[in-house]
Amino acid sequence: MAAINRDDVAHLARLAHIEMSAEELDRMAGELAVIVDSVKSVSEAAGDDVPATSHPIPLNNVFREDVVGHTFTAEQALSGAPDSIESRFKVPAILDEA
Amino acid sequence: MSTDAILTFEEAMEKYDPVLGFEVHVELNTKTKMFSSAPNVFGDEPNTNVNEVDLGMPGVLPVLNRAAVESSIKIGLALNCKIAEACRFARKNYFYPDTPKNFQTSQYDEPIAYDGYLDVELSDGTVFRVEIERAHMEEDAGKLTHMGGATGRIQGADFSLVDYNRAGVPLVEIVTKPIEGAGSRAPELAKAYVAAVREIVKNLGVSDAKMERGNVRCDANVSLRPHGRERFGIRSETKNVNSLRAVEHAVRYEIQRHAAVLDSGIPVVQETRHWHEDTRTTTSGRPKSDADDYRYFPEPDLVPVVASREWVEELRATLPEPPAARRKRLQADWGYSDLEFRDVVNAGVMDEIEETIAAGASASVARKWWMGEIVGRAKNADVDPGQLGVEPATIVELSKMVEDGKINNKMATEVLDHVLAGEGTPAEIVEKRGLAVVSDDGPLLEAIDAALAAQPDVADKIRGGKVQAIGAIVGAVMKATRGQADTGRVRELIMERLGVNA
Repeated sequence: MAAINRDDVAHLARLAHIEMSAEELDRMAGELAVIVDSVKSVSEAAGDDVPATSHPIPLNNVFREDVVGHTFTAEQALSGAPDSIESRFKVPAILDEA
Repeated sequence: MSTDAILTFEEAMEKYDPVLGFEVHVELNTKTKMFSSAPNVFGDEPNTNVNEVDLGMPGVLPVLNRAAVESSIKIGLALNCKIAEACRFARKNYFYPDTPKNFQTSQYDEPIAYDGYLDVELSDGTVFRVEIERAHMEEDAGKLTHMGGATGRIQGADFSLVDYNRAGVPLVEIVTKPIEGAGSRAPELAKAYVAAVREIVKNLGVSDAKMERGNVRCDANVSLRPHGRERFGIRSETKNVNSLRAVEHAVRYEIQRHAAVLDSGIPVVQETRHWHEDTRTTTSGRPKSDADDYRYFPEPDLVPVVASREWVEELRATLPEPPAARRKRLQADWGYSDLEFRDVVNAGVMDEIEETIAAGASASVARKWWMGEIVGRAKNADVDPGQLGVEPATIVELSKMVEDGKINNKMATEVLDHVLAGEGTPAEIVEKRGLAVVSDDGPLLEAIDAALAAQPDVADKIRGGKVQAIGAIVGAVMKATRGQADTGRVRELIMERLGVNA
């Protein structure tokens, strides 16, 4: 089995701000272990002649010229915000949580 | 808030050897953001320089700004770095409202520039080489303003307001290797290093490089170890130290604080510290913890950047004269002595003097004003001289008025104070305050006669050939005219009045 245990899943859940029950942690630990093993078998199949890749399409240097395009108004930007003051997003104090 | 114990700097230096490290963030002055076409402009109305990419809306795709990549390569070259043949972006995952995406697009294991160095000149001319680990591309975060709470600081805030205008502004983060061997010059080196980076990016024209606007921001890492030990101590990271003076002060303070902690036998806590300009101290932010597990992974929405050697050489050919060469040239152009020029550089007013000369002042006039008047005022106000708000045009105008005999030097410095107090241009102030030199002989003669009558013994002395006694009469006349008389003319008139030949 892959080296992913219940504590790893709990740690990831905390990092991702996902609340998980004890049962969910157990189930997910099992499922993730299978997934990680499956992915591992792919890297076993690739020989030394296959370079690691993050993009399946051999493209590079896709650039945009430095020309100003469209913007939102503050009203549009804030239209989906739960709360706002003076054209700014209002969020709870966060330091204690960090 | 508890106050940390500190040792004196001298005591700390006697016992420990400091090791420094810097992360300097440079905001590029491209017209648009790193990954979106929204404008990169400082000071606009909140949340107006944003579009769907900056706000991290679902389904949007970033597209890389070519100019930002070219600026990044130029910075790498100016820092004597190698430029990666190919590099990728990565996602740095964290939850904090300054990024609406819950990740910052950055570079992780493949920075665009790496393995460089910067030779930093200290105030006495000593050159110290700082090794550069890497310079990588990333995007800036939004600006948080913490509201409520007793102190108005991040601690104790009730809520925060977020402006995403800055989110997505192109950044280059320059990371040094650990800097050893600075000893008691560590605080000075810290300031000189950040000043040198600022000078380089300003000289390249890739950043506005205004620290007061956050264009150049420094995180300073400090650790101490007993003399002779190779292994590094535990470091603290002081965040967002935003002026050159603050960099020096923060490093000095952290050295003193670490020394006190180590002396008490407790290990230093590896943590983020917040710098407070008002008290010139740092306070604990948060300890490094699980939350710093950023789970970097390659950014799937951006393809790799490949910097062909032809492209790199093309960019290298556009690099301007390096700052050290520029300093040599300016000193020769201005005709300053080594000592005069070093004083100018150390006072941080070389650019200001260059601008003042470009605006029409002579090299000696520009130096006299900046070194003689403005640097002292900045020191009193506890700001960098460039931040005092003196415009080159003001100096040109003041010196012209003195040359034309409209005002004297003493009055010119007073006018400067009024300009700084926001009362208007020099001409307006001279007009409003009736500050012109009294050149009409009538009122002067009246004052001279009064002064001579009041001090008849002095008048006799002068008549008898003791011309040096004239100072007492000149002084009385200057007092009577509230300093608005031309002393040379007053002297002439007194001599005339007493029938003495000059």
